[in-house]
Amino acid sequence: MSARRVGVTARRVLEQLRHDPRTVALVLFVPSMLMTLLRFVYEGRPRVFDAAGAPLLSLFPLTTMFLITSIALLRERSGGTLERLLTTPLAKLELLLGYGLAFGVLAVMQVGLAFGVSLGALGLHVAASKLVLALLCVLVALLGMGLGLLASAFARSEFQVVQFFPATIIPQLLLCGLLTPRQHMQTVLHAISDAMPMAYAVDAVHHLSRQSALVGAMWGDLAIVAAFALGAIGLGALTLRRQTE
Amino acid sequence: MEHALAAVHAERVRIVRGSVEVLRDVSFELARGSVTGLLGPSGCGKSTLMRALVGVQLNVSGTLSVLGLRAGSAELRHRVAYLTQAPSVYADLTVRENLAYFASILGLRAEDAQLALRRVALTALEGQLVRRLSGGEKARVSLASALLGDPELLVLDEPTVGLDPLLRRELWDLFGELAAAGATLLVSSHVMDEARRCEQVLLLREGELLAHTTPAGLMADTGTADLDEAFLRLVAAGARR
Repeated sequence: MSARRVGVTARRVLEQLRHDPRTVALVLFVPSMLMTLLRFVYEGRPRVFDAAGAPLLSLFPLTTMFLITSIALLRERSGGTLERLLTTPLAKLELLLGYGLAFGVLAVMQVGLAFGVSLGALGLHVAASKLVLALLCVLVALLGMGLGLLASAFARSEFQVVQFFPATIIPQLLLCGLLTPRQHMQTVLHAISDAMPMAYAVDAVHHLSRQSALVGAMWGDLAIVAAFALGAIGLGALTLRRQTE
Repeated sequence: MEHALAAVHAERVRIVRGSVEVLRDVSFELARGSVTGLLGPSGCGKSTLMRALVGVQLNVSGTLSVLGLRAGSAELRHRVAYLTQAPSVYADLTVRENLAYFASILGLRAEDAQLALRRVALTALEGQLVRRLSGGEKARVSLASALLGDPELLVLDEPTVGLDPLLRRELWDLFGELAAAGATLLVSSHVMDEARRCEQVLLLREGELLAHTTPAGLMADTGTADLDEAFLRLVAAGARR
């Protein structure tokens, strides 16, 4: 493991982003715009805005990281640069850490901006540690990266890879407890949602806002999200094969 | 142990892709400091053989050693350079940024990247985004990245395709210089005429090694001075056998 090779890979990915200011602008500003939209959808109902807003904040890094990681890795695979890199001294782990670092910077900026706008200008009230909510967002960003990495392995084109978004992310949005509390879902749906990492992210946010009594449960949820994230990244790493047919 | 001196030693190499045998019983050696052309029609297994040499091809059997080590060994990743057939560089980076990245992975400095760009005559375009370059220019960015760090073995898959005659000649001159400096080059092409610039040629057809000879030897054996014709005669002779 060479920190230098991780660093230069992260710098290269950031340089690619710098040449694509439109993507960066969309990633940074769309979440704040959506939060503003939500704020006016629930005009005069601040309690509802608070209840929906906090979990929604944690969903942005998931969608962003999923999309940019899946497309970026698909390009590495199909453009031949991955094959070239794997014939150099660069290790697969170094490549992934480089991507994680660069996209992590982007995710932190995105979440920071959305937090600032929501908690400041929009008056979103989060009844617990903002630091823990930020930590959750980082874990969710890693989860998005892992799932994106996996999706890139199973897609042959950018057309296919974006279709993995409705296939893998939207079901999680439907079942994670954002629309209906999970305990009110029918047994089968509840069981399915148990297998979805985002359900634990939203549970964590709920535990977070109900404070002290459920702190243990909240950390348990965070640990589960972290485990899913590491699992997805680990499985994704296995799909970066040095040797192919 | 005599083949420890050879840059590449291949013995009864066989490669299977899916259920297709892409390479059958291929044996040859490449001497250090030589330029060898790997020639044959498209689909004959040239790229697959090259991928095996750099260790990214699955299902390779037989003996294939590079610089005295098993092909694809981690120790070789500093010493072997590989140019893929399609330009494998980042379209959304500038020429300079691409070279700087590949150079820093190898632990090289900015000057090394500059030298590689000079060698392929791209210095004037270094600030351009690769996306905006022509096909031939992109190919040269990819080639420059493969030249970084004075590799001992260069495996170049069709480096001159799509280039104008002047540039082609310059690149073949460069390959000669690199070999004179001690590097070993394996250069594929489907243009038979490029064989003239090689010391040795390997002729592949449908996964079989038809001949390993010199350009002069190839013309003498087939009784023609035209290399395209020589290849066709060789194929016909192979079919009669």
